[in-house]
Amino acid sequence: MSGEDLLVVRGLVAGYGAAPVLHAVDLTVPAGTIAAVVGANGAGKTTLLRAVSGMLRPSAGQVLLDGDDLRGTPVEQLVRRGMAHVPEGRGVIGELTVDENLRLGGLWRRDRADADRALDEVYQLFEPLARRRRHLGHQLSGGERQMLALGRALVGRPRLLLLDEPSLGLAPRVVARAMALLRQLRDTTGLTVLLVEQNVRSALSIADQGVVMSLGRVVTTAPAERLRDDVELRHAYLGF
Amino acid sequence: MDRFVFLTLDGLSRGAVYAAFALALVLIWRAARVVNFAQGAMAVAAAYVAYGVAAATGSYWLGFLAALAAGLLLGAVVDRALMRHIDHASPLNPVIVALGLVLLIQAVLGMVYGSEFRPAETPFSRGAFSVGGLAVLSPYDLFVFATVGVVVGALAWIFARTAVGLRMRAAAFAPEVSRLLGVNVGGMLTLGWALASAVGALAAMLVIPTELGLHPHAMDLVFVSAFTAAVVGGLDSPPGAVVGGLVVGLLLSYVSGYAGSDLTPLAVLVLLLAVLLVRPGGLFAPVAARRV
Amino acid sequence: MSATRAATPPRQHSADEARQAGPPHRGGTLLRHLAVVAVAGLLVFGLSYAVEPFRNFQLATVAAYLCATAGLTVLTGLNGQLSLGHGALMATGAYTVAFGQNAFADRGFTGHWLLPISLAAAVLTTVVVGAVVGVAAARLRGPYLAGVTLAVAVVVPALTVTFDGVFNGEQGLSVPVEPPPLALGAYFPYERWQLWIAAGATLLALLLLANLVRSRYGRTFRAVRDDEVAARLAGIHVARTQVLAFVVSAATAGLGGALLAVLAQSVSPGAFSLTLSLFLLMAVVIGGLGRLAGAVWGAVLLVALPDLSHSVTELLTLSPAAAQRLEGNLPLAIFGVTLIVVMIAAPGGVQGLLSRLGRALLARRPGRRS
Repeated sequence: MSGEDLLVVRGLVAGYGAAPVLHAVDLTVPAGTIAAVVGANGAGKTTLLRAVSGMLRPSAGQVLLDGDDLRGTPVEQLVRRGMAHVPEGRGVIGELTVDENLRLGGLWRRDRADADRALDEVYQLFEPLARRRRHLGHQLSGGERQMLALGRALVGRPRLLLLDEPSLGLAPRVVARAMALLRQLRDTTGLTVLLVEQNVRSALSIADQGVVMSLGRVVTTAPAERLRDDVELRHAYLGF
Repeated sequence: MDRFVFLTLDGLSRGAVYAAFALALVLIWRAARVVNFAQGAMAVAAAYVAYGVAAATGSYWLGFLAALAAGLLLGAVVDRALMRHIDHASPLNPVIVALGLVLLIQAVLGMVYGSEFRPAETPFSRGAFSVGGLAVLSPYDLFVFATVGVVVGALAWIFARTAVGLRMRAAAFAPEVSRLLGVNVGGMLTLGWALASAVGALAAMLVIPTELGLHPHAMDLVFVSAFTAAVVGGLDSPPGAVVGGLVVGLLLSYVSGYAGSDLTPLAVLVLLLAVLLVRPGGLFAPVAARRV
Repeated sequence: MSATRAATPPRQHSADEARQAGPPHRGGTLLRHLAVVAVAGLLVFGLSYAVEPFRNFQLATVAAYLCATAGLTVLTGLNGQLSLGHGALMATGAYTVAFGQNAFADRGFTGHWLLPISLAAAVLTTVVVGAVVGVAAARLRGPYLAGVTLAVAVVVPALTVTFDGVFNGEQGLSVPVEPPPLALGAYFPYERWQLWIAAGATLLALLLLANLVRSRYGRTFRAVRDDEVAARLAGIHVARTQVLAFVVSAATAGLGGALLAVLAQSVSPGAFSLTLSLFLLMAVVIGGLGRLAGAVWGAVLLVALPDLSHSVTELLTLSPAAAQRLEGNLPLAIFGVTLIVVMIAAPGGVQGLLSRLGRALLARRPGRRS
């Protein structure tokens, strides 16, 4: 649990056409913490994650992972740098089996022995996946896909996990379990998480830091407990 | 009855070649969502390479290997140099580029080699064995079955059981997600093109000796028949391509045997129309919509 | 920018436009087209006296190809259906006119009015064949359509060999055509007469086609190409539209093939192989999909390139065998390369480049805002 910043985003500008979606976004995530980015639809949260992971080329600004500038790094290389991105909709590959999806997460690793160990650990962590190893991705329920997407990211033993709306379409109990799991991973392995969520309550319940976005800008950054507990702050920025 | 057995076995032998070629088409379709209309011309070019190498070295087998290598190379080059740079917004664009490639390849072959039919030798005799008075298969037919069997088996094993096969499938099904997981999607696509082109080259090497000979348009009708086979089996289904190939081979053999070889092109067209109008998804179930 | 979107308004627009009652100046469009046709006709008339007989023959050939490329431009560019089989449709028209002229000659009929009858019969027959293929094709899209039309292109020439009693196999049939009427003078060049016939038929076909493109049907074609679902929701009957587009292009292809047969005074399967179908498609793409003016470029290329490659081959000193190989294949090679380059670099084709150039020049004029 060091105090250094694992992810630093400075002045990020990015978009899909003439008008940028993100306007000079600044963000810092210390190692071993969970940062939750919240905001309404269209605030640019997904765009932010895509710009950080390189799926979208930013037109200006910097993304630093552990001090290294990620500019020019192709998307395929990011797992090797320790960044795993679980995209919107989870990206479970329906035509592949559970086992194949999970193995895919670790194929890039040179250390095959450790990759196999990581796979076993993920199976232990997500027991339902172990039971449905041979099933195709599209045969899984929403909660199981969530586990699969998360497990697949974890097989690569990432340092930083980018999660885009993990609670989308899931029952509250499943969401709660997922959030608890993230907290557990942070506590036991020092995993750093950048979490984008519309479900503000559950996101803030496990986060260390809350980042509120609106219309492509960061409106406020505050420790999560302040956002949770300070009523005025909550009203002003989160509307409840 | 004798005739029927003979035609059946002969049809299966032709069908094996169509199966291989159809598999090549399906491979590229699954990877790139493109029907490679230039597959036939690329295969013929590889066959000409074999012809040149065999003539220079005197060895059929060296020529055979050269054809496979040429196929691999040509597939990779076509993907990297051409297909990468096309705007895929319209589905017509890659088809038109492929057709331009057909013209170019056939023209260059015509300029260099001329368009007379060159005899293509076979490594094994094409005379049929007799079993109990029936003419059945020839050693060449057995060679065809064995080669196609090995190739199909090898491809199935690569895709289902190896890491690179898993990467190729992932890259085809979900390119964006695969990139995030560290898969070199572009490289896998090129590999797919190279493999498919090599399989096409193999099919050309197997079928051309049984036709009138090697010449720039030698694979035109084979392409149409193999395309029909791929459609019959379903463009997304590799096992379908193999079954489709055998079906087309059998059909053409029966038509040729009982109605006359002049009618075989028409039979292919009728079959293609029939399948597309009645079961456009092919005999095997169509795949659900792709997600990224 | 992709080829088929070279001349498109936004998607939703086309579907709605197509449902409107009609253009506000329907009479104006027809008049404008008539004026263009009249001017073109005068131009051709003048040219036919100004240039030597061989060039007249070449211009006549361009006219014949233009019928086919114009129809194909409408089918592929405007309606989005990729057909690789129009060479076979041209063959249908060609053989029909051959049968017609031979039937008249066998029965001893003469007269210049017989040729239009044969041409009309050719168009009609090709329309029927086109309708059959079009109905089958209407349900197909993309590579499936391409594959079926490819099969048609490969199979149809083979039919002439199968039924060689009727079609006389590889040798083909001759097409007897009357010499020019005596009223024109005893020394009237035959090629000029050929040009008049071809140009007359072609200009008529183009007039009809241009009016169709401008009409509600033309908008319907585009609407279906751009967004089938939207078109269906706007009340357009998609299958009927597809068949209509196919039939129209078949009619012009049949006319073009018939004209070629009349010009060459013979017809044989070799002249209508798969390569011709590909050539037609290439000509249309290089000309610029969807623009009738582009079809003119395409037709010109179809005649100019073989001529050019003949001249190039003459310049080089090669053995007769090598020269023949080079000359026969050079146009194909050039077509192939140009096609690849055009699709990758300038999907709008020649006409598209010219349009862009024109717009760029206009935008630079002082006092104008772009």
